[in-house]
Amino acid sequence: MSVPIRPLLHARGISKFFPGAVALDAVELKLNPGEVHALLGENGAGKSTLIKCLTGAYRRDGGTVTLDGQDVSPASTNEAQALGIGTVYQEVNLLPNLTVAENLFLGRQMTRFGLVRRRAMNARARAVLEDYGLSIDPAEPLTSYSVAVQQVVAIARAVEMSGKVLILDEPTASLDRDEVQLVFGVIRRLKARGLAIVFVTHFLDQVFEICDRATILRNGRVVGERLLEAVRPDDIVTLMLGRQLEARVQARRSGPGGEVLVELEGLGRRGMLEPVSLSIRAGEVVGLAGLLGSGRTELATLLFGAVAADSGTVRKRGRALRLARPRDAIAARFALCPEDRKTHGIVADLSVRDNILLALQARQGWMRPVPRARVNEIAEHYRRALDIRAASLDMPIRLLSGGNQQKALLARWLATRPDLLILDEPTRGIDVGAHAEIIALIERLREEGMALLIASSELEELVAYSSRVVVLRDRRQVGALEGSRITPDNIIGAIAAQTPQTPQEVPA
Amino acid sequence: MISQTTPSVFKRVLPQLVILAVVLACNLAVFPGFFALSVHDGRVFGNLVDVLNRGAPVALLCIGMTLVIATRGIDLSVGAVMAIAGAVAASVLAGGQGWGTALLGALAAGLLCGLWNGVLVAVLRIQPIVATLVLMVAGRGIAQLITEGTILTFLDPGMIRLGAGTVLGLPTPIWIWIGLGALVITVVRRSALGMLIEAIGINEAASRLAGINSRVLLICVYGVTGFCAALAGVIVAADIKGADANNAGLWLELDAILAVVIGGNSLLGGRFSILASLLGALIIQSVNAFILLSGLPPEFNLIIKAVLILAILVIQSPKVGHALYMLRAGGLPLGGRTKARSPLTSKEEKAQ
Repeated sequence: MSVPIRPLLHARGISKFFPGAVALDAVELKLNPGEVHALLGENGAGKSTLIKCLTGAYRRDGGTVTLDGQDVSPASTNEAQALGIGTVYQEVNLLPNLTVAENLFLGRQMTRFGLVRRRAMNARARAVLEDYGLSIDPAEPLTSYSVAVQQVVAIARAVEMSGKVLILDEPTASLDRDEVQLVFGVIRRLKARGLAIVFVTHFLDQVFEICDRATILRNGRVVGERLLEAVRPDDIVTLMLGRQLEARVQARRSGPGGEVLVELEGLGRRGMLEPVSLSIRAGEVVGLAGLLGSGRTELATLLFGAVAADSGTVRKRGRALRLARPRDAIAARFALCPEDRKTHGIVADLSVRDNILLALQARQGWMRPVPRARVNEIAEHYRRALDIRAASLDMPIRLLSGGNQQKALLARWLATRPDLLILDEPTRGIDVGAHAEIIALIERLREEGMALLIASSELEELVAYSSRVVVLRDRRQVGALEGSRITPDNIIGAIAAQTPQTPQEVPA
Repeated sequence: MISQTTPSVFKRVLPQLVILAVVLACNLAVFPGFFALSVHDGRVFGNLVDVLNRGAPVALLCIGMTLVIATRGIDLSVGAVMAIAGAVAASVLAGGQGWGTALLGALAAGLLCGLWNGVLVAVLRIQPIVATLVLMVAGRGIAQLITEGTILTFLDPGMIRLGAGTVLGLPTPIWIWIGLGALVITVVRRSALGMLIEAIGINEAASRLAGINSRVLLICVYGVTGFCAALAGVIVAADIKGADANNAGLWLELDAILAVVIGGNSLLGGRFSILASLLGALIIQSVNAFILLSGLPPEFNLIIKAVLILAILVIQSPKVGHALYMLRAGGLPLGGRTKARSPLTSKEEKAQ
């Protein structure tokens, strides 16, 4: 990739202040046409803030942005789009009930005499999407397509409306491997068309696969801009964390564990999950592997009573439990950190402190409020123990970054001193630093004798901490791996096998 | 858990205090004797006392309404529940029972109405606005059945004292709403109830997963609202010495919702302040007093009220607040690029 002399977009000295915090401190970002530029940093490093300053969602407090040599200061995302800066977010920002074509042209529909020209729009949409390697029916509602396709539609919309700079904010966070390749194909085409593309992600391997250059942020400052061919992943991670990260994921696999704590026997629900049997010992981690929609989340949901199972039993220390509601599971000292932090985890407008306290207080009942001093003690304890970075525990939790929200949710459950901790994608969408900390925490909890059931799509992670991995496919248990047989390749093999490759019964 | 300390409470209700002061100042302007108080026969008389006294029904209603709205709900039936409670009280008295029995009967009826709403909302998962609409429509019919279509009057001195009596120099209704308000605020903030209610209003799915018994809590909140409405209904009936099924509490549900909104509580649920709602109720009553005292023809009343309330809400709008801030900071409110920054507006926060 030759380096053009003049960047397409050049942001210099960008600063942004929030009450009591400097979010961005004189940040520089140079985007060249035809380059994919990774924006990297831990949660809270300032990536989102920088993007919002570029797209007009925030007004910057200082600095200049030049686009094509012109000074620009978009006051809204619409203005930024008109200038040529388009953005696609992690959660697809489209209207699922409208058709693909309507989404593509929303706000600038082709009309004649004030009436929408539906047929012409569909034809145009089809042509546009074919440019992106998608041959789908644009007259179908958007929801009839996978998230990946929706993501590509979102990209197409952003590019059609803007066409100079495309900002992709974690576009691959909820996609599986093949879907990521679909999106990457689109990115490569756009790169060839000369767009400057910003790619924000937590997946380092994806960065090295698709990006040409990276700007690394830490604590609101740029700590480096690197040409990716010239660096190793470790160098990037070191820059992001500001410290040498020893062995990223320590593989100290758990031993056999102690007594059998929880047994599932044929736990299932029609249309949701076929009966699953497994057992979890105190002091061991059981991993749940499988693709999205394989039944991992469903198993966690049933075990926690968030949805009542219609078959099977769950026993804890040999005693059968009735799990019809989350309250039943909590009474049995189960805890669940759900996959979708925003809708099922955080209570956005409550303070970090109240969020940490919530489960403990709910279990105690409203009549017995946890005394103020004790609340502060608990919150402070977990703030320090889990390194939750918040300017104040009194600020609404929605103002924290994803990784810190996740830590606060872990704190919420650890405060209830659970025997079984169920984690559904505990490291999704959080940065490398928090990621390593959460893995270390999992190790520590296991050593303290807690039983953990962890669903994750990060195979290396599962391999690192699980003493047993249960593999699910199409809402069915298709295998289990133990001991030295737990390797990423074996897990992939079990997931991909047409018939259960090792139709071994899971030890109960 | 006490999630609020004294200074932050003051900060929270400051806008309502300022608006109340302005409305009272307007009253003083059209009627110089507005603040005058006098004492006859051990009872304090004056316009301020009237505001506190006449504001009692809406103040009582808005205590429960604040809680319901905090759970992301609404209760349209409170006016009708007032009518039912009044009718029950009057018919119990007509049956020869004492005022204590009548009061208990009325409160029980209100509680029952509230629990009914709660079951529709929390168990059957009917949207609150529709669920409570049922009782809003049916309630007056029930009240008419109880009074058999007439205005059922009574002369029981004990009951009448609840609406028109005097305790320690002030009308009884004032003590009732201040007492209930203080009680509910204390219970809600000294226990964990306030936080749990807020959690449900902000994110019910997450709250349920955290182990909050949202179903029971919702039913209780609607129950409290029914109870408050019954107390308001008893006071209104006692004041006119009779139960008027058609007119008791008519449209008061809207005043109660308005009081909650003027109190700065979001209809989308979440953080709430009962104290601010009570100030909202007093603001509404002061506006009513202003209309009476201004001497304008009565046909203007509703229009003037609407205009005043619109003005209050516009002043509270975050957009206007932002624009005023920008003006004060010497910049242009829109489009201008100024160095002055507004405090994080709610819109910006939402974008996070």
